[in-house]
Amino acid sequence: MIGADIQILLPEIVLAVYAMLALMGAVYTTKDGAASLLTWMTAGMFVLLALVIGVNGQGYNVAFDGMFVDDGFARFAKVTILLSAAIVLLMSEGYMQRRGLLRFEYPVLIALAVVGMMVMVSAGDLMVLYMGLELQSLALYVVASLRRDNAKSTEAGLKYFVLGALSSGLLLYGASLTYGFAGTTLFSGIIEAAEGGASLGLLFGLVFLIAGFAFKVSAAPFHMWTPDVYEGSPTPVTAFFATAPKVAAIALFARVVHDAFGGIVGEWQQIVAFLSVASMFLGAVAAIGQTNIKRLMAYSSISHMGFAMMGLAAGTVGGVQAMLVYMVIYVTMNVGTFALILTMEKDGRPVTDIAALKSYAKRQPLLALVMLVMMFSLAGVPPMLGFFGKYAVLLAAYQGGLAWLAVAGVIASVISAFYYLRIVYYMYFGEDTQALDGRTPPVLWVTAVVTGAIIGLAWIPGVNLFGLDPMAAAAAATLVN
Amino acid sequence: MSVFAFTFYLFALTTVTGGLFTVISRNPVHSVLWLILAFLSSAGLFVTLGAEFVAMLLIIVYVGAVAVLFLFVVMMLDVDFAQLKAEVTKYLPLALLIGVVILMQLGMALGVWGFSDGVEMRIAAPAGDIDNTRALGLLLYDKYILLFQLSGLILLVAMIGAIVLTLRHRVDIKRQNVLNQMYRDPAKAMELRDVKPGQGL
Repeated sequence: MIGADIQILLPEIVLAVYAMLALMGAVYTTKDGAASLLTWMTAGMFVLLALVIGVNGQGYNVAFDGMFVDDGFARFAKVTILLSAAIVLLMSEGYMQRRGLLRFEYPVLIALAVVGMMVMVSAGDLMVLYMGLELQSLALYVVASLRRDNAKSTEAGLKYFVLGALSSGLLLYGASLTYGFAGTTLFSGIIEAAEGGASLGLLFGLVFLIAGFAFKVSAAPFHMWTPDVYEGSPTPVTAFFATAPKVAAIALFARVVHDAFGGIVGEWQQIVAFLSVASMFLGAVAAIGQTNIKRLMAYSSISHMGFAMMGLAAGTVGGVQAMLVYMVIYVTMNVGTFALILTMEKDGRPVTDIAALKSYAKRQPLLALVMLVMMFSLAGVPPMLGFFGKYAVLLAAYQGGLAWLAVAGVIASVISAFYYLRIVYYMYFGEDTQALDGRTPPVLWVTAVVTGAIIGLAWIPGVNLFGLDPMAAAAAATLVN
Repeated sequence: MSVFAFTFYLFALTTVTGGLFTVISRNPVHSVLWLILAFLSSAGLFVTLGAEFVAMLLIIVYVGAVAVLFLFVVMMLDVDFAQLKAEVTKYLPLALLIGVVILMQLGMALGVWGFSDGVEMRIAAPAGDIDNTRALGLLLYDKYILLFQLSGLILLVAMIGAIVLTLRHRVDIKRQNVLNQMYRDPAKAMELRDVKPGQGL
């Protein structure tokens, strides 16, 4: 029996064992000298596992009496997480190397964080959920303060840790109330227990659980840590925060509300809808005053999480499908944008002020064009890919009977267009300040141009978003039934 | 009063007293000592419940390791408790308000607490006629092996994190080299000079 369970858990086990072997190998050999190689190997490992999961994974498998679920939804999220983590890891190698931050523990911690995320999206039990969440978070707290002689980076790690611990407390409290009501921590048991409607106690548990998740996806009003952590962490780490963990957290969110509370959609729908509206508007309005591009991207991610939760709030298969599509597009956009942010430097020092992008188009026409595509896409301007993501969630919300939410989403999108377009304005019409002189390393150049091409050209008839829609539909169908 | 009731009230009273003085002691070292008393008496409570394994764990892990660690931290770190208290008093009214609101809400929720239908079917069956240690072992290493291994990974991450964030390889300091010390030859390391009275070297 345990053999069959292990078979299902094989990708996670392989990655965990790889991380431990890599750690031991580096400790007993050249230590940080192996960091560069390890980073590439870890990225290769992620891609390999993504291929194995994507190609080999089939059916609905349950391991350890339902504590671990391997279904289409989990596989879709895992492939997204693994691929985005691999790309971000490759992007970070050069940057970290130049600033003396590339320590061999960095790829190992990222690998262990990814194990945590894979466990999160496959959780079928409140305890497994919490274990995955902590494994992921703990590794992220450490990489946030990797630049340990810098006050801001240390502050970022500490703030993330303290607030993360608080949110874990909320989540655990919710889990204990839910357990108290249902008598089990298995999602399959909780959904059974909630069949006769939610009692007040279960509702409290649900609210506390959602508060914990909202913190992890940085939804307003639990977003306070995001700008500071994004600003203080080394930029490649920020790029990582903005991609894979967000996918994992929102996938976990969707898994819990559908797998464990799928019978009482009406109870959580209003909470998720509120979180969605609050995040969209807060992200849109608060980003206007930001001059630091990392803080700006933090508010941008808060706003985008609001849109992703709009799909979730619909409470339908179409809603989950739209959410998955939105997340994949969001991750692609963020990878491209951060590849460009990583190239921003002057005299060998990273620059994060958006005013430094003034007249960028004169010196780097191609990269400025890519940035323009990214910003238009983030703002949701057709025909960029970001528009299709927003369209999908708006449609899902409308079809789910939340027309007011869709209208609010459109308004928030218009407000947020201002700060995205301001960057475009700076690049093309700003006066020349010669603020950036960095070279563009090949990895970053290729990532930026490829993601730019994907985002800018996906509208061409026949491309059909690269078949993303049917894949997301199949994944969503396995979650909601 | 039976012996059982007497021991229960004795341990319960000491636990509560220990907890109370942990909070109100002015000297943080005294606080930790009161905390240890609270731990010990709760271990006693566990024994009266028949959970001897948990009681031993509480003494070994909490009293033996955690509390002693606390004691060292409190004694070695120079934390200005007066300043901390001033900071706390500033936010006290707001904190009290929020606390009272949450307390009332929880009172509402727990006051009408109801279990779900068929909860008896879902709760884990009692372990039957085996002792605590064996029952816990069966749960930890068999049913919940996944959780157990995941906690191991979490601890590994914590360990890596602590080392990454604190270990510094400094090159500008002199280190002890034991081999060099052992291979040092007295004949080469020392030179004996005959110093005449009234003269320097």
